[in-house]
Amino acid sequence: MSASNSGTNRIDSALSNASTGLWPFIAAGYPCLEITEALLKAMNGLPIRGVELGIPFSDPIADGPVIQHAFSKALDGGITLSRIFEMVSKVRSEIDYPLLAMVSASIVYRVEIEPFVKKAGDAGFDGFIVPDISLEEAPTLAKSVGEQDLRLSMLVAPTTPADRQERIAAVASGFLYYVSIQGTTGARNALPADLESQVRALKASTSLPVLIGFGISRSEHVKEVCRYADGAIVGSAIVRKISDSVKEGKSNDALVEDVTGFIHQLATG
Amino acid sequence: MVAVRQLEEAYAAAGVDPGFWAELEQYLGHYVGRPCPLYFAARLTEQLGGARIYLKREDLNHTGAHKINNTLGQAILARRMGKSRIIAETGAGQHGVATATAAAVFGLDCVVYMGAEDVRRQRLNVYRMELMGTKVVPVESGQQTLKDAINEAMRDWIATVETTHYVIGSVMGPHPFPVIVRDFQSVIGRETRQQMLEMTGRLPDTVVASVGGGSNAAGMFYPFLEDQGVRLIGVEAAGTGLDKRHSATIAKGEPGVLHGMQTIVLQDEDGQTLPVHSVSAGLDYPGVGPEHALWAESGRADYVSATDEEALSAFETLSRTEGIIPALETAHAVAHVIKLAPQMDEQQSIVINLSGRGDKDCVEVARLRGADIA
Repeated sequence: MSASNSGTNRIDSALSNASTGLWPFIAAGYPCLEITEALLKAMNGLPIRGVELGIPFSDPIADGPVIQHAFSKALDGGITLSRIFEMVSKVRSEIDYPLLAMVSASIVYRVEIEPFVKKAGDAGFDGFIVPDISLEEAPTLAKSVGEQDLRLSMLVAPTTPADRQERIAAVASGFLYYVSIQGTTGARNALPADLESQVRALKASTSLPVLIGFGISRSEHVKEVCRYADGAIVGSAIVRKISDSVKEGKSNDALVEDVTGFIHQLATG
Repeated sequence: MVAVRQLEEAYAAAGVDPGFWAELEQYLGHYVGRPCPLYFAARLTEQLGGARIYLKREDLNHTGAHKINNTLGQAILARRMGKSRIIAETGAGQHGVATATAAAVFGLDCVVYMGAEDVRRQRLNVYRMELMGTKVVPVESGQQTLKDAINEAMRDWIATVETTHYVIGSVMGPHPFPVIVRDFQSVIGRETRQQMLEMTGRLPDTVVASVGGGSNAAGMFYPFLEDQGVRLIGVEAAGTGLDKRHSATIAKGEPGVLHGMQTIVLQDEDGQTLPVHSVSAGLDYPGVGPEHALWAESGRADYVSATDEEALSAFETLSRTEGIIPALETAHAVAHVIKLAPQMDEQQSIVINLSGRGDKDCVEVARLRGADIA
């Protein structure tokens, strides 16, 4: 069932009651689709606001080594778009939180915008993050996404000038994704000193909620950015936890327990 | 995006500044050795028995290929933007060497990303870059070849844009790169056009160039676009065969997005980049410059392909008949002309863009031919 049938988009609901918090990211099909499915179900019981599901891509330019590795392992394991959509439609009725697809423009354009958005919406995704689409190319996608009552989160970088931030906010829906650092995804030890002032300035210029991602890896970071942002996205640190469990040869159940434990700790400190 | 918009503005300003072009011309003349000759290949013409064949000798440029035309232009542009560091991707190493050369001559810091597989295969070029003070970073991700080196260079640039300019080596990537690289390489076609008029009193009937990303072909074709009587032919790498392992993007690809451009790409139905193959590392790329996709669609240029074996054979033929050892990339264009020239008459002419010299390929060709020279 697509979000349009339910009347309210889950992303809006999750962000409307001013409850900030954690948005975990995991890579679909890493280490296998069964574990992704188990993790999606297990996360339903955690104090999180929503989940970003990374659609593996052969050439993820915005990602650091941890997510690159997960994507390439998932693709080696035979993951396809149709298998991901099938799995999501199977678990959708068992999870309450909003689910976003983090997907490369290469994939969206290959499938073509309208069919891609329709299939993803039918599978049960509530919105999209397309890290490699530019503002100039985004309006066509935003229109299709809007027609399905889905959301298109757009990235704002520290280098994005103020006038461009405003134009990005005009195309985006759901929330703005503030990239905390200049660079690719991946855990960093410390948050940038000017992050709070940057994000407060951005929030003052838009009515959209602002989530912060890239480089956030610890519960202290999550707590800190949730003071001024509407949420924190953690990806590489969680994916690294998954790959550590894989390396340690843990059973599927033990892996899911480890990873959900880690996400719980990230969310609650 | 901020980075490419800043570049667009800087290039627009440079474009109307005669000082910029004068400086580039100065370096092209006294450092690269331009204009490079247009040479009538009498023995090859006689052997093939058809159209008269001319070679545009880009292989005689400093560093041995056309790549230097672009890297000097971009390095001067980087300096104008106040950037002290340049980075590049490289496949076989020709663009890496040309970038390292530009960095040395302008005193810029330089890092070149190169697939780990290519680092092993092209040790000489790695050493040349290091001699000139460039740091070569082997890329271990993906297929460890050219496209993965581009990914890594883009990741570097995302983090370092304030101090760094990314010197893309072909007519690809996000706008304005395809335009900038085409413009810097257009010196090839401009010179060729003038040289043909001076030598023969008329324009060539056909112009042939190899196409990977497509920079040497774009630079050769662009000044001939309005000359409707001149047939333009790009030659892609058919590898072991178009139904097997190849990198013939225009022949076998579909519209798609890769590396910040919408063009023809080799992708599966999910948009995942397909593995590519060519005997020449410089043609081993799963996309093609967007302007070539346009010329293919409009029919202004024709795109054909040559196999690994045809290219190797052409490599040997040109070496024996003319004493010119071409780069394996260039050998694909020669291979097509070996098929084409006999079908044309003696009054007609063909220009081959001899985009690079083949010294770098000798070890690999010897290995493929069963000789041990390493």
